[in-house]
Amino acid sequence: MDKAQMAAMLRDMLRARAFEEAAAQAYAQGHIAGFLHLYPGEEAVAVGVLHAAEPGDYVVSTYREHVHALVRGIPARQIMAELHGKKTGVSGGMGGSMHLFDRSRRFLGGYAIVGETFPIALGAGYAVAYRRLPEAVICFFGDGAINQGTFHESLNMAALWKLPIFFVCENNHYQIGTEIHRHSAITEVYKRACGYGIPAEKVDGMDVTAVHEAAKRALARVRAGDGPQFLELETYRYRGHSMADPATYRPKAELNAYQANDPIAAAIHEAEYQYPSAEAIAEAGADCVTRFTDRCCKEGHLDDAVVQRMRQEIQEEIADAVAFAEQSPAPELQDAWKAFQHNRRFEIFMEAAQ
Amino acid sequence: MSEMLYWKALNRAMDAEMAADETVLTLGEDVGLYGGTYRVTEGLMAKYGEWRVRDTPISENSFTGLGVGAAMLGLRPVVEIMTINFALLAMDAIVNMAAKIPFMSGGQFPMPLTIRMPGGVARQLGAQHSQRLEHQLMNVPGLRIVVPATPQDAYWQLRQAIRSDDPIIVLEHELLYFSKGEVDEAAEAPPIHQAVVRRQGRDITCIAYSQMLPLALQAAEQLATEGIELTIIDPRSLSPIDWETCARSVEQTHRCLIVEEDCRFAGAGAEFAATLQERCFYLLDAPIRRVAGLDLPTPFNGTLEAASIPRVEDIVLAARQIMTPPGESA
Repeated sequence: MDKAQMAAMLRDMLRARAFEEAAAQAYAQGHIAGFLHLYPGEEAVAVGVLHAAEPGDYVVSTYREHVHALVRGIPARQIMAELHGKKTGVSGGMGGSMHLFDRSRRFLGGYAIVGETFPIALGAGYAVAYRRLPEAVICFFGDGAINQGTFHESLNMAALWKLPIFFVCENNHYQIGTEIHRHSAITEVYKRACGYGIPAEKVDGMDVTAVHEAAKRALARVRAGDGPQFLELETYRYRGHSMADPATYRPKAELNAYQANDPIAAAIHEAEYQYPSAEAIAEAGADCVTRFTDRCCKEGHLDDAVVQRMRQEIQEEIADAVAFAEQSPAPELQDAWKAFQHNRRFEIFMEAAQ
Repeated sequence: MSEMLYWKALNRAMDAEMAADETVLTLGEDVGLYGGTYRVTEGLMAKYGEWRVRDTPISENSFTGLGVGAAMLGLRPVVEIMTINFALLAMDAIVNMAAKIPFMSGGQFPMPLTIRMPGGVARQLGAQHSQRLEHQLMNVPGLRIVVPATPQDAYWQLRQAIRSDDPIIVLEHELLYFSKGEVDEAAEAPPIHQAVVRRQGRDITCIAYSQMLPLALQAAEQLATEGIELTIIDPRSLSPIDWETCARSVEQTHRCLIVEEDCRFAGAGAEFAATLQERCFYLLDAPIRRVAGLDLPTPFNGTLEAASIPRVEDIVLAARQIMTPPGESA
């Protein structure tokens, strides 16, 4: 990996962290309403995978998708405005935090029903294969989605017809508040793919370079016509499931362990359930972002001054996005009708409600 | 113009659209080698190949969702769900995905998806295979639902649905597949959601769709011998509904009778009755009435099954009652 690519990846990780922290702040201030599912802790997954993608690839994501959208190239302004429900948002204020769509960047949406990304990716993969194009469909999902019927139905069909789909499991070990040992009989998610003959790999999802390498390998196989590939990435979200979730079900030591990137086997048995404070998060040490920053500097790709400048630019970009979102106009009801009927040819009846 | 069976009309419509547009494909259980449970896709796999006529595993939610994803990329999938009863397994794909993605994306993604399925009570298939679920789909903004009752409509409404950029449910009926009628493949079809007056009569506007249309027409013949003349309107579409055609007729007859095979409670008839009452109240000479299925899972026993859905005599009796002044018996 060259210096420019490492810098680009680090920049996106820092942008991702800054974006989500700004979103949390806007939520706390009451500027963002509804559900808000944040990504801190999991940045290495989105950045490692999407930096291996081509512009011609399609991305299907979940309700925890702000960072996927951001790394895919959707401007922070448009994402932040959508979180604020504004007309300038990427979905025109009709989707919200969980439903970011961008046709021009082949971002096929965030889906808020667990397990929906599989059939959408299946259909996109079918269309790509039907047209015999060298494109791939990247399908994100969490460990909580692996027990939905669509997981099994779609993996079966993807393998049966050799569809160009890259299944990426963001295993953050929790389906909302239930830890994976309490929701899955087989907790090594990648092993389930073998039930459908899909090549699968498991990689440390806190190590962005490892994620990136694995994603490149898998996407190359997808593009070569080898059919679907499966990657499990072990990661961790520092916050609760959503802003409404204090995450009291998780042992503090577990969080600390992930943030310090320590072995966690002992930690998850610790019975001290407590939501980590901001201080605890800060004290915990090397998470995936810090870890990669340190590495870039240690290996001589970057230095403190460059990183500092990067952080400064990102602060400005995110502050600009927040200001843009706050100042943007709200959509009108007529915009909702327009979104509803866009591209539509009602052979008779334009609804009277307009 | 030629006479053909309803299933054959659907089959020819599929063939015509697949020949005209290579983005059209169909998928579902047994649509390929087997030729479709009701023969609707017969011969298509041999002609168009397996990528355009795809036999799927029994995974309704995911293969319907596959149609959604493929439609987002510009294909025009026609998903066949073997019967409406199995559509319950695909409600997430239909309701949460197909109906909402065009809107949630701010209008970025059209949804040129057609979902075909037969509904209704056939003959002694038991409660799980004898459902009418149109009321559940009508209440979903973003879906359009057509209910062709004749081979001619089956042919044209399916072709129009495939060409539409919205998700459209083509709701067929198991007992209509082997009904016969004239099909004019060169005709200029009416707009897909326009209602059609099947019979003109001065006394009562009778609205009947799908398999209930032939029953209503039979009842009208019988009532005519008694001097009661029915106008029969075939709405042809349950979402949207052509209110103009319905209301114009009720304003002339001053009476309205709705016939539906679906259960009475919160069914399509309730929507017709409520809206027409709002629009035509001061012109009505009698309360709007519904003849509908009983609010009961369909019994297996043949006699009970027949009694649980509208029969010709039920329509005749309801019409007589509408024409009878209060206080007298019909």
